[in-house]
Amino acid sequence: MKADATLDCLGLYCPMPIAKTREKIKDLRIGEVLEIISDDEGIKEDMPAWCKNTGNEFLRIEEREGECRVYVKRLK
Amino acid sequence: MAEKVTIIVFSGNLDKALAAFSLAIGAVAMEMKVTIFFTFWGLSVIRKDKKVSRTRGIMRKMLNLLNRGGARRLPLSRLNMGGLGSSMMKKLMEDSKMPSLEEMISMAQKMGVEFVACTTTMGMMGISREDLIPEVGRLAGVATYLGEASEGKINLFI
Repeated sequence: MKADATLDCLGLYCPMPIAKTREKIKDLRIGEVLEIISDDEGIKEDMPAWCKNTGNEFLRIEEREGECRVYVKRLK
Repeated sequence: MAEKVTIIVFSGNLDKALAAFSLAIGAVAMEMKVTIFFTFWGLSVIRKDKKVSRTRGIMRKMLNLLNRGGARRLPLSRLNMGGLGSSMMKKLMEDSKMPSLEEMISMAQKMGVEFVACTTTMGMMGISREDLIPEVGRLAGVATYLGEASEGKINLFI
């Protein structure tokens, strides 16, 4: 999936990926897509929850070889 | 309006403090407003490594000798083994690229987490403002906690 920016969270555990996502998403314009790469299993549940609470749109997760690519659209 | 979270840190254990700060940082990342109240042994988490103020009274002196405080000195709640367990946990955290408790404290403060120290236990234990790390913004009591907790849906005691 195409993204406007990428955030590398490989090797980082909770709560660092969501803390970094919150910072990083501020660099994007509304409507742009952020790709977060993480190998923390928890991200699969945490990122949709983060999106729900912060009012951003969770698009999808692509998972391969223990690495998750999560796509989030900035809505506000 | 932002959702509010309050956390009471009552314990002076490394593992429990890590849980509290992970939750606090995660909550700010979720755009929530977080206040942490430190009371009793939890004051150890926000104490400087060295006691600055003079301690009055033999019992307080003994207490502060046995309970020196400072985030880097906290024991584990289980398997501490005279500090060996705590050192091993820190090594594991470092190897896993996890931030240390000291880093999490500073990160939380920069993200806007409010630190409140309980004046009652400070007075009882002979701990002064200058014995606490500068991240602590306010000194207060039960009414302040309850006031803030009544505005929040998530109120934790650790």
